[in-house]
Amino acid sequence: MQPTQQIDLEGAIAGLRVAVTGGTSGLGLALVGELLARGARVAFVARNRERVERVARELSRAHGIVGDVSQKHDIHPIAVQVVGALGGLDVLVNNAADLGPTPLALLGDTECEDLERALATNVVGPFRLTKALLGALAAAAREGRGAVVLNISSDAAINPYPRWGAYGVSKAALHHLSRIWDAEFDAAGLSFLSLDPGEMDTPMHALAVPDADRTVLKSPAVAARELADAIGNAIAGRRRRSSRASSATATTGWAS
Amino acid sequence: MIPASRPASRFHDAKLLVVDACGNLHHTPRSRFVDWLRPGDLVIGNDAATLPASLCGEHVQSHASIEVRLAGRRSLAAHDVHRFFALVLGAGDHRTRTENRSPPPRIAAGDHLALGPLRATVEGMRGHPRLVALHFAGPTDAIWAGLARHGRPIQYAHVPEPLELWDVWTPIAGPPVAFEPPSAGFAVDWQALAEMRSRGIEFASITHAAGISSTGDDELDRQLPFDEPYRIPATTAAAIHRARRHGRRIVAIGTTVVRAVEAAAVRDGRVHAGDGMAKLRIDANHDLRIVDAILSGTHEPGDSHYEMLRAFADDQTLRRATEELAAHGYRTHEFGDSVFFARMHVCNAENRSQTGGCKVGRPGTADAALLGTKDRSAGHGARPVDASRGRSRRACHSPAAANPWSPPTARTTSR
Repeated sequence: MQPTQQIDLEGAIAGLRVAVTGGTSGLGLALVGELLARGARVAFVARNRERVERVARELSRAHGIVGDVSQKHDIHPIAVQVVGALGGLDVLVNNAADLGPTPLALLGDTECEDLERALATNVVGPFRLTKALLGALAAAAREGRGAVVLNISSDAAINPYPRWGAYGVSKAALHHLSRIWDAEFDAAGLSFLSLDPGEMDTPMHALAVPDADRTVLKSPAVAARELADAIGNAIAGRRRRSSRASSATATTGWAS
Repeated sequence: MIPASRPASRFHDAKLLVVDACGNLHHTPRSRFVDWLRPGDLVIGNDAATLPASLCGEHVQSHASIEVRLAGRRSLAAHDVHRFFALVLGAGDHRTRTENRSPPPRIAAGDHLALGPLRATVEGMRGHPRLVALHFAGPTDAIWAGLARHGRPIQYAHVPEPLELWDVWTPIAGPPVAFEPPSAGFAVDWQALAEMRSRGIEFASITHAAGISSTGDDELDRQLPFDEPYRIPATTAAAIHRARRHGRRIVAIGTTVVRAVEAAAVRDGRVHAGDGMAKLRIDANHDLRIVDAILSGTHEPGDSHYEMLRAFADDQTLRRATEELAAHGYRTHEFGDSVFFARMHVCNAENRSQTGGCKVGRPGTADAALLGTKDRSAGHGARPVDASRGRSRRACHSPAAANPWSPPTARTTSR
C-alpha cells in the first residue's frame, strides 16, 4: 500500500477533474498544489472558511469548498459544488482525517466520542462522499476518461501501534472499504487506491508526535508527488483498458 | 392513483407494470426490471443530479416573502450559473398545493431578490407574472455554494416531510443540473447495472436538465416541459450508432432521455454528440426515431409525461394500462411505482399463436404464465395498429427471433 516509485510518464493528470478533501493543510494542500501544477482542475474541501478562502486566493485556479465530511448534511452540498464547479469528476482524494484523541491515548483511556469522531471523519465521511460522487465518477469511466478514488491510508491501518487505536482502527476500516469498493467497481471502470504516504512533516504529525525529529520526516510535497504519480498511473491504466475494450466493441458491435 | 407520500416508498417494494410491444400487460417487482431487458439492449439513463432549486427569500422592493423555483438554464456549462429562468411563488411552502399558493408580489425588471446568501436581479418577465429571468450576482463558485447550501429540493404537497438532497439523488447522479429528479433513474441501482453488464446489456448515459413538473398555473403548465439543455457524450452517441446498426433495442430510462436523444436526432435522424437544447414536444404525433422502449414513472392522463407515452402506445392500450395501474394500487409521482413501455408494433396472429404472447423480455422463458387471463384476452383482442399515422412498424418478435444479432427486417424501414 506504499505508492510505487513509478512516475507518471504519460502525464495523465493534465485535464483531470479532481476533488481533494482536507485541502488546506499538510498533505492535502501539497496535493492540491501538485495536481494544479500538473494541469489538473481541482476542487478542495475543508472545514474552516477563512483557510479555504485563503488557499483559494493563493491558488487562484482551485475551487474552494467549505464543508465537513464528518457531517452528513454537508455531503451532498459538497457534491453539488464539486461536480457543479468542475462539470464532472475523474478523481476523488479522501484525505481529510481525524487523529482521535490528542494527545494520543491508550484505547482504555480513549473516550467513545473520540473514537466516533475518528470513524465519522475517516470512514463514514469518505463512504458517504464517495457514494454521492459515484455517479459522476462512473460517468467519467463510461466516457473512457478513467476514474480513480484515492483513500489516504497509513501504516497504522496494518500495524497495531499502541496509543494510535482510534486512528488505526478507522484507517484499517478505510483500507478495507477501499478494497471492497475496488472489487465491486472494477468492472464498471473505477479504481480505488488505498495508499500510505509515509510519515510526513505535517500539522497532524506534530499533533500526534509533538517531539518528533522533523528532519527525518518526509516532506508532504514529496509524498504529494508520489501520490500524483500513482493517480496518473491508475488513470493511464484505466484508459488503456477502456480503449482496448472499445476497439473490441468496434469489431463485435457489442460491449460486454 | 395513490400519491407516493414518502421518498422511502420507492425502495424495495416498488412495482412495475410492463406493457409489451403487443400491448399485453404484466406485473412485476421493479427490482426485477432487468429481467425485461434482453442481451444487446442499449439502456440509456440521465445522469443529471438534482440541484436544490427551491430558494426562499425576499423580494427586496416589497419586502414580501417569496419562494423561487429555478426552472431553466441556457446551457449546462459549469461556469454558466449566473442566469436562470425561474418560477416565483408567494409566501408559504410546499405543504400548500402549488395551485393554491399565494401569488408573488408584483415583480418588474430590475427588481432585486435576496435569497439567503444569494443576490439576484430580475432581468425580465417571461410572459407570465410567475415566470422571471434572473441574474445571480457574484463569482461562479459563490453561486454554486449559495445554491448548494441555501437551496432545498423542489417538492410538492403530496410529500409533506421536507426532502433532503439524498432523497432526490439517483444512484447515477453526476452533474447537478436537473431542477427536479429524473426519477425513473431511482430504479437503476448499482445491482441493476451489474446485472445488466453480466447479461450483455449495455448502459450509457446522457445529461439532461430535467425541468419542473408543475407551476401551479394551468396556462403555464400547458407550456411544460420548458426548453431543457442536454449533453450527449461522444461514447453514448457512438453506442447508439452501434446499437442501431445492429438492430439492437434502445431503452430510455425516463422521459428526459427520450427528449434528449430524440432532440439530438431531429436534424438528420442521427444522434449527434455534444450540447443541445431540447425544444420539441413528444406526443402521439411524434414519430420516435431512436428510442424503442421506456421505463418511466406512472403518469396520469393529461400531463406531459403521459403525452410522451402516446408516442410509444396507442390510446386504447394506454387507457387499459391506466385502469390496470389504478386497479392494482400503483403509486404515482416521483417516488412512486413505474411503467415499462415497449413501442407498439404489428402483432400478427401467427406470432401470437407461436409464442403465447408477445415477449418483451426473457425470450424463451415461460413468462406467458405471468399473464393473467384477463390481460391475455385483452392483449389478444383486435389491436388497432394505428395505421392512420402511417408509421411502419416492426413485426412481432418470436422468441427464436429475439437474437439481437439478427434484427427484425422491418426495423430498417422504420427508421
